[in-house]
Amino acid sequence: MFTDFFYILRQNKVPVSLVEWMTLMEALAKGHIKDLDDFYFLARAILVKSEAYYDQYDVAFQQYFQGVEAPEEIAEQVLDWLKDPLNRLFLNEEERAKFESMDFDELIKELEKRLKEQTEQHDGGGHWIGRGGTSPFGHSGYHPAGIRIGGQSGGRHAVQIAGERRFKNYRSDLTLDVRQIGMALKKLRQLRRTGLEDELDLEGTIKATAKNAGDLDFIWQRSRKNTVKLLLLMDVGGSMEPFAKLCSQLFSAAHSSTHFRDFQYYYFHNCIYDYLYKDVERVDAVSTLHLLHTLEPDHKVLVVGDARMGPWELTERYGAINYYERNEIPGILWLKRIRDHFSHCVWLNPDDPRFWIHPTVQMIGKLFPMYSLTLGGLEQAVGKLVVAK
Amino acid sequence: MEKDSFAQFCGSEDYVTSEPLENAVNVSIALGRPLLIRGEAGTGKTLLAHSIAQGLAKKLLTWNVKSTTKAQEGLYVYDTVQRLNDSRFGDKDISDIKQYIKLGKLGQSFIAPEQVVLLIDEVDKADIEFPNDLLNELDEMSFYIPETNETISAIHRPITVITSNAEKELPDAFLRRCIFHYIEFPTPELMEEIVRVHFPDIKDSLLSEALKSFYKLREVDDFRKKPSTSELIDWIRALIAGGIPHENVSKRLPFIGTLLKKESDYDYFVNNFVTRRR
Repeated sequence: MFTDFFYILRQNKVPVSLVEWMTLMEALAKGHIKDLDDFYFLARAILVKSEAYYDQYDVAFQQYFQGVEAPEEIAEQVLDWLKDPLNRLFLNEEERAKFESMDFDELIKELEKRLKEQTEQHDGGGHWIGRGGTSPFGHSGYHPAGIRIGGQSGGRHAVQIAGERRFKNYRSDLTLDVRQIGMALKKLRQLRRTGLEDELDLEGTIKATAKNAGDLDFIWQRSRKNTVKLLLLMDVGGSMEPFAKLCSQLFSAAHSSTHFRDFQYYYFHNCIYDYLYKDVERVDAVSTLHLLHTLEPDHKVLVVGDARMGPWELTERYGAINYYERNEIPGILWLKRIRDHFSHCVWLNPDDPRFWIHPTVQMIGKLFPMYSLTLGGLEQAVGKLVVAK
Repeated sequence: MEKDSFAQFCGSEDYVTSEPLENAVNVSIALGRPLLIRGEAGTGKTLLAHSIAQGLAKKLLTWNVKSTTKAQEGLYVYDTVQRLNDSRFGDKDISDIKQYIKLGKLGQSFIAPEQVVLLIDEVDKADIEFPNDLLNELDEMSFYIPETNETISAIHRPITVITSNAEKELPDAFLRRCIFHYIEFPTPELMEEIVRVHFPDIKDSLLSEALKSFYKLREVDDFRKKPSTSELIDWIRALIAGGIPHENVSKRLPFIGTLLKKESDYDYFVNNFVTRRR
């Protein structure tokens, strides 16, 4: 029963496992369901274990029980579909020629435009993208996640609830909040027993005391401390302006985390050259070489930037956007030096991953593992930073 | 379990629930699985357990989890120090280990002669491994005490409510065994109902003014801690006690200290609202 719903949930990246599915079946078998409303809440309580997935659940519910709308998700799916070159095999010659004549940005723009039109006219039918054989998007019929129509009738209400998508703001791939970032950074820890033996080892003491026929014998041990040292390098100004708030949230989260053994932060503009700066105005400079000499390679490096600049700023001598900087060594080599010196480096990009097709983003992405500056991306990045090498 | 017994819980006198929440509670009771509750601070996560206990006339056992709490403590504690002490100075029979085994809250809920409501409060405060250590016990509702070679198994499966503030990610294996519900922040209509439960005689004009200002304050994104339900209740209590004229409430926002608890929020409020008005 409803097995397709299970797969639709999984397609929507709701982590549902068989255990939960069987629990739902058990509940259904007990006959507690009167209508679709009940089913909506029952299935949600059993299958979804975080409010972060409520939105995806709503989307899946809509897809299964009504099969209309949910433009954003579909847009992503269509994009995925278009990106996969295998799918192009299904197009005929004429279509392929058309497809190749449009570049990707253009395609996205066009898609967005059409999606907008679609919601305005809204027909709720199956062919909401592309009319006739001339549109590059008219192939959603091949799409494995193609939209389903039909399913259960009635129960409009629950579908409407799902349609409201009230939990959109709880999605973890969108969230941004100092505390949440702080929680993500908290995972950035490696505990090790260091320092003086200043902690009472209770179990050891009890054991030793028991061995000692009841006379107290204290055993001490070293306390566990976080050994992670963090170096935060942030791009400021220019194209980073729109992300200023996000970056300052990340900064305050990192700054207020008291659990790092060492935390240093520096600013740069667009790309790193001979100097890094201690202040946002980029006045108080520190030589990058000096940092490379003085900082141990076991500092974890977190670079935040959109990696978007003129290609010459990255690859040419004297390419720095600031004329007075006169860099002898191209920025890309500086970045490479940083990556080579430190054992763990990641790049966090606040820009939407859809726009990472920019040449300099691609080049930097080859040097540093790049993650988007969302909660999910940050968690992945932190995971990359603590992994043993 | 009979079909009719499903809709057991439907709130209690001093606790207003929503349909999805009642549903989640009833599912968890029917399936005998723990109910995991998450939600913003002050949305009544802990109170829910009290309300279930009251509504179903069952005893409530509360296990407050702290950062130092270990899973074992919920099952039982073997008081070795007492035994050691008794061995030297006491006159008890120290070969009877049983008297040094003290059952924790989970253990107590298992051996209770009637079904109880067990509240495991703020499960995410403890170590990351904490929920994993309880997996088997919550699944099978039994545990083994090697010291006395005894197995404690639940006479009645307790109705288990677990609250979490999402400070730490809970392990997947643990989540799989739970029924989950996220308590949303109450809508103004629901909030009105909640306030009326606490202040049955409140004047309509005061209530609407207070709610209006309250939701306006919550819309300010720059507050580090947004006022929540419990703060609203305190505020209204203060307003009633202070005998503030109702029409002044939304204009002057008296006793703002009951709503805004952080210095920076208070400063922000003074700078942006008070000064602008002058």
